[in-house]
Amino acid sequence: MRVLEAIFLVFINPLFYKITLTAATPLIFASLGGVYSEITGVVNIALEGIMLMSAFTSVVFTYLSGNVWIGVLMAVISGLAFSWIHAWGSIKWAGNQVVLGTALILIAQGVTGFLMEPIFGKPGQTDFVGKVEELKIPGLSNVPFFGKIFGELSPFVYMAFAAVAFSWWLIYKTKLGLRMRAVGENPEAADTLGINVFGIRYFGVLMSGVWAGLAGAYLSIGEVGHFRELMTGGRGFIALAAMILGKYNPVGAMLASLLFGASSAFANQMQSSSLIHVSATVKPLFDMIPFILTIIVVAGFVGKSRAPKADGVPYEKVS
Amino acid sequence: MNKRFSAILIPIISVLIALAISTIIILLIGKNPLTAYSALIRGSFGSKQAIADTIIKTTPLILTGLAVGFGFRAGVFNIGAEGQMVMGALIAAAFAGNFGFLPPIIAIPLTILIAMAVGAGYAAIAGFLKAKTGAHEVVTTIMLNWIATYFASYMVTGPLKVGSGTPKSPEIANSAQLPILMKVGAIEVSAGIIIAVVAAIFMYILLNKSTTGYEIKAVGFNPYAAEYGGISVSKNIILAMAISGALAGLAGATELMGVHHRFLGELSGGKGFDGISIALIGQNNPIGIIFAALLIGALRTGSNEMQFVGVPKHMVMIIQGIVIFLVAADRIVRTIMIRKKVTK
Repeated sequence: MRVLEAIFLVFINPLFYKITLTAATPLIFASLGGVYSEITGVVNIALEGIMLMSAFTSVVFTYLSGNVWIGVLMAVISGLAFSWIHAWGSIKWAGNQVVLGTALILIAQGVTGFLMEPIFGKPGQTDFVGKVEELKIPGLSNVPFFGKIFGELSPFVYMAFAAVAFSWWLIYKTKLGLRMRAVGENPEAADTLGINVFGIRYFGVLMSGVWAGLAGAYLSIGEVGHFRELMTGGRGFIALAAMILGKYNPVGAMLASLLFGASSAFANQMQSSSLIHVSATVKPLFDMIPFILTIIVVAGFVGKSRAPKADGVPYEKVS
Repeated sequence: MNKRFSAILIPIISVLIALAISTIIILLIGKNPLTAYSALIRGSFGSKQAIADTIIKTTPLILTGLAVGFGFRAGVFNIGAEGQMVMGALIAAAFAGNFGFLPPIIAIPLTILIAMAVGAGYAAIAGFLKAKTGAHEVVTTIMLNWIATYFASYMVTGPLKVGSGTPKSPEIANSAQLPILMKVGAIEVSAGIIIAVVAAIFMYILLNKSTTGYEIKAVGFNPYAAEYGGISVSKNIILAMAISGALAGLAGATELMGVHHRFLGELSGGKGFDGISIALIGQNNPIGIIFAALLIGALRTGSNEMQFVGVPKHMVMIIQGIVIFLVAADRIVRTIMIRKKVTK
């Protein structure tokens, strides 16, 4: 019974909802990145690597400039640069997109680990370099319950939701969005209509770099203010799962990210519950929850989620 | 260009390009690339000890390379070799601690079988979900990797825990340990390397000379045509995933029975992921995989020595990443080769 009581207390605790939002934020950004890339037909497993590179870049430039926003900007630029490599290999050279993605993850892990010593003088983890201030909405923090959730939140959280709204509009309400979807479904037909298939695909992949870059920046200077080796910890892949679960739709991806955010917030809150004793030994079992949930959800719903027809298939112009 | 010739040439040229890029990186951080590379070679082949170490590192890599390579041939992308290796070794370790009453002739094969069966079963989850619900194996195997990692960390800090310090399981029974082939100082090379090479030869025969191999390759090549030809696609996807997982489990077994003799906190250390590079560099050919594993094994062994001359061992990951990138986008390399020919 104490377990049920503990579960109940988690759900009425505003902190649970706040952690859900903050845990979902990087997933929302990264899964949006996945949506942009994959609706134009390019599988982007590299999200994990892009996030890691950007998390590192934002810490480096925050450290050098002393300004966190320069760090954020550089995270986006590094996301663009790194995703460009993916675009170049998979669009121009028609390489296997899944394999290119794993190569980029390995390169990102190598480069970030490699540069840590020359730049920060020690391996493993950097010192605190600065953090994007949380947004305090005056008066709101005094409101019961909701004040504890929304009173003080990172601006990244709001940016993530704005990015979802923007992306939904771009993908479903503009000509560019229509072209992106056309290129992902049937590149031959799009080409016949005079759409620049390669150009649109480059756009999709580069935009995925922008969003994954913001995801990475949030993980480092948005949340903790330092960089730790391999700090993305598989979130890029969870974001991919969220994208699939969200049916390659920005709003769906956001909802799925919130679900994963809630599952890690739940694991987190249960561990600190005073009603049940969670020893350090059992902690790993709680850490498994989001991953088990992902499998259940991907296996259970993917039948209804259909990837764009040309997703993962390099386009080759017949000349 | 001759197909067989380019299958060998592309990985070699990719490695050379990766080395050229890493040379520039090493120069940029103000170190001498020649010092770095000679340390790398000294660390991997420079002494008897170094060679023994390279053989030990290469053993599980051959097996994870075979695991991923076999999956590729069957059209499944098994990123989960890591988790399958961990689960296989973990469960085998839990049993093999109690095998003291069995003679080696039973204890050794039994421990290997447990690790392989667990690896196969764990991988088959992803195969089953792909075949039945269409869940992409890349996503499911990655999730299974994380679950395996957390589960292992629970087991060695909880039910299986012995001693203090690094989380570890009890030592497996002496009779379940692989025989030692060669002893150099404190380094023992076990019979694991023989198991790995035999497995590669076996996989070569399975793929090229058996009906199962033919069916699996047909499904990998074109699932629609295979289905039309009366080959069950879903059965073969599950089977391919299980065989792939059994190989990853075997990799775990060689680490457990030949190197650590117990399950340690970080038994795999990324060897499952290295399997992806190895399968690609070896062009999914079991014999090519042996050489690719030797290359990566040597890089990993030598990277420690490189660290001593001031080049972080992460350099090796960058080299590996560039090689995979170039092998995946092999047209880059082909274009370079063709241009070279023209200018000649």
